[in-house]
Amino acid sequence: MNNLVVFPILLPLLSGISMFFFRDRIRLQRKVAVNGLLATLAVSLILVGMIAQNGVQVLHIGGWEAPFGITLVADMFAALLLTTASIVSLACLIYAFHSTDEAREKFYTYPFLMLLVCGVNGSFLTGDLFNLFVFYEVMLIASYVLLSLGGSKIQLRETIKYIAINIVASMLFVIAIAYLYAVVGTLNMAHLSERVAEIGQDGVITTISLLFLLVFGLKASLFLYFWLPGSYSAPPPAIAAIFAALLTKVGIYSIIRMFTLVFYHHPEVTHTIMIWLAALTMILGAIGAIAHWDVKKILNYNVIVSVGFIVFGIGLSHADALSGALFYLLHDMIAKALIFILGGAMISIAGTHNLREISGLISHHPALGWLFFLVALALAGIPPLSGFVGKVMILQGGVEKQFYSVVVISLITSLMVLYSVMKIFINGFWGETILSEEEEKSTGRGILIPGSILAALIILLGIGADWAMVYVEQAVEVLVNPSIYINAVFTQP
Amino acid sequence: METFMTIVAGILLTIGTYLVLSRSLLRIILGLSIFSHGAHLMLLTMAGLKQGAAPLVGEQTGTYTDPLPQALILTSIVISFALTAFFLVLGYRTYVELGTDDMRELRGENDE
Repeated sequence: MNNLVVFPILLPLLSGISMFFFRDRIRLQRKVAVNGLLATLAVSLILVGMIAQNGVQVLHIGGWEAPFGITLVADMFAALLLTTASIVSLACLIYAFHSTDEAREKFYTYPFLMLLVCGVNGSFLTGDLFNLFVFYEVMLIASYVLLSLGGSKIQLRETIKYIAINIVASMLFVIAIAYLYAVVGTLNMAHLSERVAEIGQDGVITTISLLFLLVFGLKASLFLYFWLPGSYSAPPPAIAAIFAALLTKVGIYSIIRMFTLVFYHHPEVTHTIMIWLAALTMILGAIGAIAHWDVKKILNYNVIVSVGFIVFGIGLSHADALSGALFYLLHDMIAKALIFILGGAMISIAGTHNLREISGLISHHPALGWLFFLVALALAGIPPLSGFVGKVMILQGGVEKQFYSVVVISLITSLMVLYSVMKIFINGFWGETILSEEEEKSTGRGILIPGSILAALIILLGIGADWAMVYVEQAVEVLVNPSIYINAVFTQP
Repeated sequence: METFMTIVAGILLTIGTYLVLSRSLLRIILGLSIFSHGAHLMLLTMAGLKQGAAPLVGEQTGTYTDPLPQALILTSIVISFALTAFFLVLGYRTYVELGTDDMRELRGENDE
């Protein structure tokens, strides 16, 4: 039992709820939000330290032991994601201080941001499948509000589509849970893993696992990404950044968790399907990214490409490739938040998101331009930045498992990604400066603090990859040996 | 009994899907609501319907009904209730702001 495990859920929840009581006092709200996230970050770091020393940390809520009660499990994988998620949401929050208009601030942007973080952290920590569904809903309801808050026409329109898709996906999730419960009679993930291993993963369970892949694929925009480009371009830039950095990653987390812990017996079926879905996702995402001349759309399609790439790493079911996928997942959360923040700043300075009307921003905003250049290189996986290590490990795994065609697809799509972000850089920052400083729609200040924190992390993760890899490998050790997870849940008092 | 309930759930899911595919926003919201009910019924049915006494210590029988699916379905109903309420408000607001509830006119243009 370790009560610390519940704090990453509790701290954002309580600070979020408390903010509802002083709606007009925005400065106080900001302070509470920053402190809440800093505390969450501190707890996550302590958890990483404890797990590195003592192994997986478990909390049986209310003292009800597994598999009867709800269990919260913090293994290294969850703790690393928690840490990254807290840093990323903190950066997005600081950017939101400068980029959110007062009306939105007064109508509970910050409380819902905290509730979103609460849902994300809960999804990472829970050890119960139905509880995962509940935390998904916590996260999604907060995201519906954040997406529609402000009520501009495009926001309302996109929120309708987003909610409709997510309700269907959630209900398919419930149906998949029902099927699984009918077959194995439990919902605790450790217990599920045990029972599925006992009775063997037969055709029925494999079919159910594919239904889960469909559900998580919808949330993670794995192949079923058609809702993403529209809905992520509707909200204000800070909100879009936190969506891009966290929401699809929760879907990826669930895929990794379920397909390494429970449905790992028939990789030739499930994981092969995953790899080909990933390949299609990468191709279609990359085509979208190079086709558009709209800054928001290009960045949104980049989210899709990276989801495909990470799922390719998972599908290889190879320990090194899984380490690569995990490392790339951490990198991608940071890099996506940064590029969305910078892209949002570009759009707010130029007052348009049509790339053809943006030009020569670098003369007045050198910091913005060079940060953008840095993160563009990191996204394409240029050493020594953080994208490189993960990419190499996944591709090595792909070559070893002889998925040459998918390896070629990932290399080509990462070139296309590089082209798409360089297109933004060259068109937006170089060229004739068409706006004088007085004509600009906003000053673009406020990106410097969050931008430099995230950029420093990208460089550190790249240079200190060996040091970070120690933790990532610890996380992968639990993923490839489900017995460690199961033992921790059942033997810890 | 389980087979019958599964068929009922299937009919509800069919109706839900049919309504979601229509053009009017209100029909879509109601369709999603019926779709959720189909899923909930499925959740209850899949775990097996009433098989014994109420799961209380005082009941003197050998078999008890599994209480877990009822706890699950309750949670899920509450969530879908909240979502439907939110979606209805959003639908109304959209109708007021955009002046239409026809999905074809809500496709949007690129120049916004």
